[in-house]
Amino acid sequence: MLDILWIIPLLPLLGAAINGLFGKTWPNKIVNTVALSATGLSFLGALEAVREFFEQGQKLVHKEFFDWIVIPNLVSGGNLFRAGFDLQMDQLTVVMVLVVTGVGFLIHIYSTGYMSHEGGYYRFFSYLNLFMFFMLILVLAANYVLLFVGWEGVGLASYLLIGFYFLKKSASDAGKKAFIVNRIGDFGFMLGMFLLFKTFGTLDFTQLFAKAAPWSHESWGVFGTFTGACLLLFTGACGKSAQLPLYVWLPDAMEGPTPVSALIHAATMVTAGVYVVARSHILFTHSETAMVVVAIVGCATAFFAATIGLVQTDIKKVLAYSTVSQLGYMFLGCGVGAFGAGIFHLMTHAFFKALLFLAAGSVIHAMGGEQDMRHMGGLSKKIKWTYATMLIATLAIAGFPPLAGFFSKDSILGAAFQIPGGHPLYAVGLLTALLTSFYMFRLIFLTFHGKQRYDEHHVHVHESPWSMLGPLVILAILSIVGGWLAAPAFLPGGTDHFANFLAPVFGGAHAEGEAALSEAAAHSLELTLAVVAVFAALIGLLTAFWLYLRQPGKPAEIAKSLKPVYDTLYNKYYVDEAYGAAIVKPLLSLSTNVLWKIIDVEAIDGTVNGIAHGATATGDVTRRTQSGNTRSYAVWVVVGALAILIIVFWPAIRALAGGAQ
Amino acid sequence: MVPTHYYLILSAVLFGLGAVAFVFKRNIITIFMSIELMLNAVNLAFVAFSQAFGKVEGQVFVLFVIVVAAAEAAVGLGIIILIQRNRQSLNIEKVNLLKL
Repeated sequence: MLDILWIIPLLPLLGAAINGLFGKTWPNKIVNTVALSATGLSFLGALEAVREFFEQGQKLVHKEFFDWIVIPNLVSGGNLFRAGFDLQMDQLTVVMVLVVTGVGFLIHIYSTGYMSHEGGYYRFFSYLNLFMFFMLILVLAANYVLLFVGWEGVGLASYLLIGFYFLKKSASDAGKKAFIVNRIGDFGFMLGMFLLFKTFGTLDFTQLFAKAAPWSHESWGVFGTFTGACLLLFTGACGKSAQLPLYVWLPDAMEGPTPVSALIHAATMVTAGVYVVARSHILFTHSETAMVVVAIVGCATAFFAATIGLVQTDIKKVLAYSTVSQLGYMFLGCGVGAFGAGIFHLMTHAFFKALLFLAAGSVIHAMGGEQDMRHMGGLSKKIKWTYATMLIATLAIAGFPPLAGFFSKDSILGAAFQIPGGHPLYAVGLLTALLTSFYMFRLIFLTFHGKQRYDEHHVHVHESPWSMLGPLVILAILSIVGGWLAAPAFLPGGTDHFANFLAPVFGGAHAEGEAALSEAAAHSLELTLAVVAVFAALIGLLTAFWLYLRQPGKPAEIAKSLKPVYDTLYNKYYVDEAYGAAIVKPLLSLSTNVLWKIIDVEAIDGTVNGIAHGATATGDVTRRTQSGNTRSYAVWVVVGALAILIIVFWPAIRALAGGAQ
Repeated sequence: MVPTHYYLILSAVLFGLGAVAFVFKRNIITIFMSIELMLNAVNLAFVAFSQAFGKVEGQVFVLFVIVVAAAEAAVGLGIIILIQRNRQSLNIEKVNLLKL
């Protein structure tokens, strides 16, 4: 399998091509078969590849399948630049590939139920498979150039799927917004790649990192190659992973169908930025500045998005801001050097956030398209399975032991606490955990508990089919047990299996803070931090319980007494408006008044029209020779004949004239 | 024997007369006749050269010119009759549909 690693991404591409080209007239069943077998086989292929990877002793596998861009060095031989279709597999790839294909497959199954009444069924699955292809290219790529192919490809698939209901203006606008905001980040990403190539002469991961490793570290405030390259790469990561200040597209991306939100905008694509930072950890650890920036941006985003999530009323918008916030956690983990913890949170987050979105989709399905939580309530008895799975996911994301989110969030907060100067980061992270717990339970209480606030005659609440509930149950199980990989670290003498597994990739990168403490002290500290985190989550839970179940009138009162704060949060800090005023408006007026009215109309059209007018004017003058009078033509013929005679006999005439003198 | 340049001068004079008449006359039949005059001036030059150089090609060419002239006369006269029928005039200045 490792020799034909390319088959893992190729299968979804085939599925996308088959469904996209021929699926239009097919019944749903055939489209299902194609799409599900493409991703299912891809998942099996990934499992087999991982098995072989373990069998051969977990050594880095690097396969070159074919050359893509090659610039040979004609002077001294070898290649000046080579970007090949090279795939690689190491421990980090194992995690990513399994998450992408596994969660992707579950969401494909779910989609067959969720999308069954929608138009454009084949189109949806074609795009979804296309996304899987690019995402697998992204995580399997062995150089930055191929990674960038996947990076842009998932952006394309995301654009297509956000704008899936393209007749709805808000949906097509959201698609464009996502695409454009991502371009800003990608610009930085490309500049970062150029800088790396200029410095190291290669973009292949193995070679590049081997060359970079011996370079000296750049301390805080030094802007050298590493700082520049890392900050540029991080700009790209900010765009893709929706971090400050480029997060604005993700909440709008919720216009897409819910399975898309689950797969692309929660579980996989948006974590690509975290993956890139973790993949480039050798570069990042060389620059203290870049690490601090990553940590601060991550921490700030986590807190910022969580505060917005507190007051949103659209069930998917709450989850969207929650995703932004959790991605912030992952960057915080990477920024404090705990790359393993960041990736661990990426994995557990993929489970519980995909579950949350799918369960939210199930709720929306049950409510017949209603997304506003103010019009729900009391659903827990009517859709029991959805309720149970969503509650598990909420407990997981809020960080209650022994669910997955507890372990991953804790290892990030623990790492933040232990680095020098990390206490403010830890404090904000802990506060964010409290907010997370609050807004997630607010969602649960508003949706599933309390009085029902919808009209029973209009809405026929019904449980979703098993094609949708099955993936929910599997993801719920994963949300529970997913964290246990790292669980033994809390037991005396136990070790973190997940961190150990990733250790060959990240090396000693995440051991900086931990090495300072003795084994026992570290464990007792971790235990203390864990207890504190659980208390924070409990406070959030109880506050939500008190505000939304005990005193249902209270939230409105609080909102009224803190109106400026509430309005600011409700309007998302007016960031969209600020961007509109600072960037979109000036650009629009520049385009209208200068580019359109002056450059296009005056300069470009003026030139073209001027040439046309010139031709007409010339014609107006010269057409006088075409008088239509036959005799004048005859005169011209005679004149022409005479002229030819004179020219032909000119030497003879000259000689005659000369002789006469 | 008449020297060759006598023929050539005669030919040039005839051609010149034909050309001038072609340009200045208004009656289409006169113009037509002046074209014939020019053709025959050329024919005269051809045979003169043919005789001077002792070659037969000039005479052969004259025969071709006569054939073409005959065909042209047939077509041309047909056109002239049509013009006369349509416009009741043979004045060339009335035939000016091409004018702007």
